[in-house]
Amino acid sequence: MHIPDGYLSPATCAALYASSAPFWYVALRRVKRLLSTKLIPLLSVFAAFSFVVMMFNLPLPGGTTGHAVGVSIASIVLGPWASILAISIALFIQAVFFGDGGITAFGANSFNMAIAGSLVAYFTYRAISGKCAIVSRRRVFAAGVAGYLAINVAALLTAIELGIQPLLFRDASGAPLYAPYPLKIAIPAMMAGHLTVAGLAELILSAGLVAWLQRTHPSLLSATAPGAAQTEAEAGGFGWLAIRPLLVGLTALMLITPLGILAVGSAWGEWSPHDLANQALPAGVPHGLERLSSLWTAPFPSYSPPFLRSSSFGYFLSAAFGSGLILLAALALDWVIAARRRSG
Amino acid sequence: MRPNRVVEGSIHGFFRVLEHTLESEDLARRTGLLQSLDPRVKLLGFLGLIVAAAASRKLEVIGAIFALASVLAVCSRVPLRTLVIRIWAGAFAFTGLIALPALFLTPGRPLARLPLLGWVVTAQGVRGATYLISRVETTATLSMLLVLCTPWTHVLKALRVLRVPVVLVVILGMTYRYILLMIGTAEEMFESRRSRMVGRLEPKQARRLAIRTAGVLLSKTMQLSSDVYLAMQSRGFRGEVYVLDEFAMRRRDWTWLALFCALGAAAIWMGH
Repeated sequence: MHIPDGYLSPATCAALYASSAPFWYVALRRVKRLLSTKLIPLLSVFAAFSFVVMMFNLPLPGGTTGHAVGVSIASIVLGPWASILAISIALFIQAVFFGDGGITAFGANSFNMAIAGSLVAYFTYRAISGKCAIVSRRRVFAAGVAGYLAINVAALLTAIELGIQPLLFRDASGAPLYAPYPLKIAIPAMMAGHLTVAGLAELILSAGLVAWLQRTHPSLLSATAPGAAQTEAEAGGFGWLAIRPLLVGLTALMLITPLGILAVGSAWGEWSPHDLANQALPAGVPHGLERLSSLWTAPFPSYSPPFLRSSSFGYFLSAAFGSGLILLAALALDWVIAARRRSG
Repeated sequence: MRPNRVVEGSIHGFFRVLEHTLESEDLARRTGLLQSLDPRVKLLGFLGLIVAAAASRKLEVIGAIFALASVLAVCSRVPLRTLVIRIWAGAFAFTGLIALPALFLTPGRPLARLPLLGWVVTAQGVRGATYLISRVETTATLSMLLVLCTPWTHVLKALRVLRVPVVLVVILGMTYRYILLMIGTAEEMFESRRSRMVGRLEPKQARRLAIRTAGVLLSKTMQLSSDVYLAMQSRGFRGEVYVLDEFAMRRRDWTWLALFCALGAAAIWMGH
């Protein structure tokens, strides 16, 4: 994901330096105010850690290996602003001293990985972990999701920056002057590797390190967990109060489900025999599809219970029913696990 | 026995960084054209040439900057092997692989057709790939030459000429030192694990090993940060940082600065 020199036009590089500068400025001011004289050793040593951890070969499921950036763990331990500075410093040293990433593209690389990556990782981690205990397994899950999302957002930004080059910069003959692939190629090509290998590496490193810190140095997780209890017992276990923000969000999503009715047509690949018949296919509706489609009749076909006249209310009711079933299944699973723990 | 990639791969990566660092320090101490120049001149001059190469819309201009960089490397006694293996081959392999599909995917005037596959190579595709590869080779040569011919402490101090805050210059200097220290620590941890292994690690065990090593390194990082802070305080550190300005511009430095500026401006003008 480290963009070398020559892939981005000077104008793009300048724009991304200009976009990064306010973040660096604010980050330096905030971190200086918080850390005062501790700023220099903490940032230096943590940037060095980020650099070294990027060199770790992480074995991934499927037999391959990948490298993580370490942006999520930096955000979780240091907070987003110090993480922006630490990762930017590591990227600068990689670019200048080891030729990994370009000097002109340093602003772009910092914007994608250090700035967007740190902010996405931090806010995702905080949103999912809420105020649960420092040693809660939810924090491990939150760190994994934060790492995965952060690296993929960074990859998407990189792909967009590379993908706009041939649209904007061509010579007189029409040949692309910089990265040659348009968005429709750059985005899938970049995301394929990051949604699988690189994202997984970041997920494993972030979740694994948070689980390790919970056992050995839980105090290192306190900086980004204000008000969190140190143990599950202090937090009163996994209560409904702890996931209240998630429940509020879920309810809000349920309320806006009728918006789906506004969409016309049917989702690609989800056609019913009736939809296919309307499309007037030359070979007609495939026989196998027609036969198998009648095997099971859903109680709420097309999210519209047959006993209701209002399709909006039917949509809402389907959302509430589906979410309720999932919550019930989760509670049942929780009950089974708790019972096994008590007996074991 | 097939080596464990998590251990062997990581150790190989650490050694490569240490090897490059030692080679750079050795080259920076040699006597040569670039080594004799003021670091600020090299920083500004090379930045100007990198921007000129990146901005140029003419392959001839990019080629001329590449030729200039190669001549400077030879005059600075940078071994051809280092140039070819460390810079040119690496950049060509990476960018060549990325640029290859552009030969067929870029729409334009057909130039040739692949015999078996029937894919059409377009003139615009060839030109676009050439732009990318030549630009990457040129900028990589220039940026690596700067580091190979200048002690890293001097490169960092020279950043002050670009108005980089002094606190960041100090942090960058310390980070570089601690990177080498931590690479040594991580390498020792993997080596000690390797010396106790008689078989091949299962993927799950290898993942746990990598996470545990990273975790221990993180703990050591935080401990080291506290130790360094206490050591700085014991030496009277109160938050103000200073960098000794030991550079002095001589006549030949001014001459080379003027030459770099003229060449950079000419390249930008001719390449537009």
